Amino acid sequence: MPAPRIRLDRVVALVGLGLLVLVPPLLWRLQADYLLPTLTRMLAYGLAAAALDLVLGYGGLVSFGHGAFLGTGAYVAGALLHHAGRGTPVLAWPLTLAGSTEALVILPAAAASAGILAFMVGAVSLRTRGVHFIMITLAFAQMVYFLVLAVPEYGGTDGLMLPLRWSVGGLRLEGDAPRYWFALMLVVLFVFGAQGAMEARYGLALRGARQNERRLQALGYPVYAIRLLAFTVSGAWTGIAGALLADVAMFVSPDLLSWQRSGELIIMVVLGGQGTLIGPVVGAFVLLALEEELSAVTEHWMLVLGPILLLCVLLFRRGIWGQVSRDAHPG
Amino acid sequence: MRTRAEPILEVRGLTRRFGSLIAVSEVSLDLLPGECHALIGPNGAGKSTLIGIIAGELAPEAGAVLLDGEDLGRLGPAARARRGLGRTFQIAELCLDFSVRRNVLLAVQARFAGPFHFLRRAERLAPLAAHVDAALVSAGLIDRAGLPAAMLSHGERRQLELAVVLASRPRVLLLDEPAAGLGPSETEELGNRLAALKGRVAMLLVEHDMDTVFRLADRITVLAEGRVIASGAPEEIRGDRSVREAYLGEMVDA
Repeated sequence: MPAPRIRLDRVVALVGLGLLVLVPPLLWRLQADYLLPTLTRMLAYGLAAAALDLVLGYGGLVSFGHGAFLGTGAYVAGALLHHAGRGTPVLAWPLTLAGSTEALVILPAAAASAGILAFMVGAVSLRTRGVHFIMITLAFAQMVYFLVLAVPEYGGTDGLMLPLRWSVGGLRLEGDAPRYWFALMLVVLFVFGAQGAMEARYGLALRGARQNERRLQALGYPVYAIRLLAFTVSGAWTGIAGALLADVAMFVSPDLLSWQRSGELIIMVVLGGQGTLIGPVVGAFVLLALEEELSAVTEHWMLVLGPILLLCVLLFRRGIWGQVSRDAHPG
Repeated sequence: MRTRAEPILEVRGLTRRFGSLIAVSEVSLDLLPGECHALIGPNGAGKSTLIGIIAGELAPEAGAVLLDGEDLGRLGPAARARRGLGRTFQIAELCLDFSVRRNVLLAVQARFAGPFHFLRRAERLAPLAAHVDAALVSAGLIDRAGLPAAMLSHGERRQLELAVVLASRPRVLLLDEPAAGLGPSETEELGNRLAALKGRVAMLLVEHDMDTVFRLADRITVLAEGRVIASGAPEEIRGDRSVREAYLGEMVDA
């Protein structure tokens, strides 16, 4: 065993986490707490990107369909809040399903819906490889996109304004800070849990299959089932992230389901560092901050953002977090 | 003399075409427990296709593969591996980003309770670590345990792949040209390792290096153009006229 040493990445991660926890009082002191919803949104995207990292970084599978899971989570949360506001049931037949404003109901519902969808998409697309996998996940996501557009109840292309926000465990959340902390807690929960799983027997099998599927098969590993589980869990957590987005914006729109959203999630993962879990969260913050800042300066912000991203990817092969963590190889 | 033990692996009438090319044609052979059965033949004779079919990577058009009397049917490579079929490849297949130790750990953990464990760090599981260390010591790779597999030399990779497969405790070992690309001393060492396995693991050995083949094989089957042209004890094969003409001619200087 190597001698225990202080690892830079752990120190940076802990300091970063400490700062994130302290953000609401800091912003309040600076009279900038109007930024909190934006930061909560960044956390939600960070959660989605970290969830995608399970599939992309550790599994080596480029899913171009995670926007569908993000949007599914958001629309499930949106529908529950929408019907709770109107006092109408979400579903009248075959069983009555009432709306809800309880996060402990909404989040599991979002996770389950997105997870089931991910299971079905994965069950088909994981039978293919490479470019075919990318195209099939994209095709499924487009199907979900047009399906949601076809439901007039939820606003079609205009999206859906939500009349209510959720409460957690019956407690009303006052202001933006508790929502921010709630989102942060979910991100930490996921990153810790997933990092543990990636070092456990399951993680070694998933990562091994990325490096050499043939060897894993020849050792008897059920590679398909291993990947399908990663895809399902990743989809479920992306759905949770979508629900967070719905609550913080009090608005859901089909834009969340679009392929551009799927692409952005991939950029966040690659920019932050694949196979690191923390990296994609960092990537989400950096990408969204760049978008905000640049779009305030010029309306041609895409022209500026493109080259910046290109430089980042060329200079930091292992992403931003790969620069902090010496041995951050997804391996 | 050999007692008629039940074969652990049996191949019956395997046929496989690629387009108009008949790669393997009605090949039958068997493998007794603990035996080393060598499969030789010129390039393109269908040896690798045969290994691929037995391992479940290729589907045969006709014929059957039986492991311990059970017809493996259309089972894929992973299902066959779980039933005790281990293999090495012509080019060592390893997880190159993982350390040498992790590569062996993957094989060891495959034997225990499957991969669906999410909580405890795999490397901290003491019962697994003991098996991993033992495998690394006997493969002579314990000094390299911490290195990524990508840093190993060609010969070391072959050594590691063999250690990985053995750590998964197969009942039948398919070896696809294990000596390819090895130097004389490495080939010698590989021969020693495989000789030590005789009697414990049944081996189907595809190999071009005739010294290794005649040193290890209990039986030899010769394949040419997809067909079995001879099969028998090494001395019979050495003396077989058609084999010498088809293949051995220049390679064995009697």
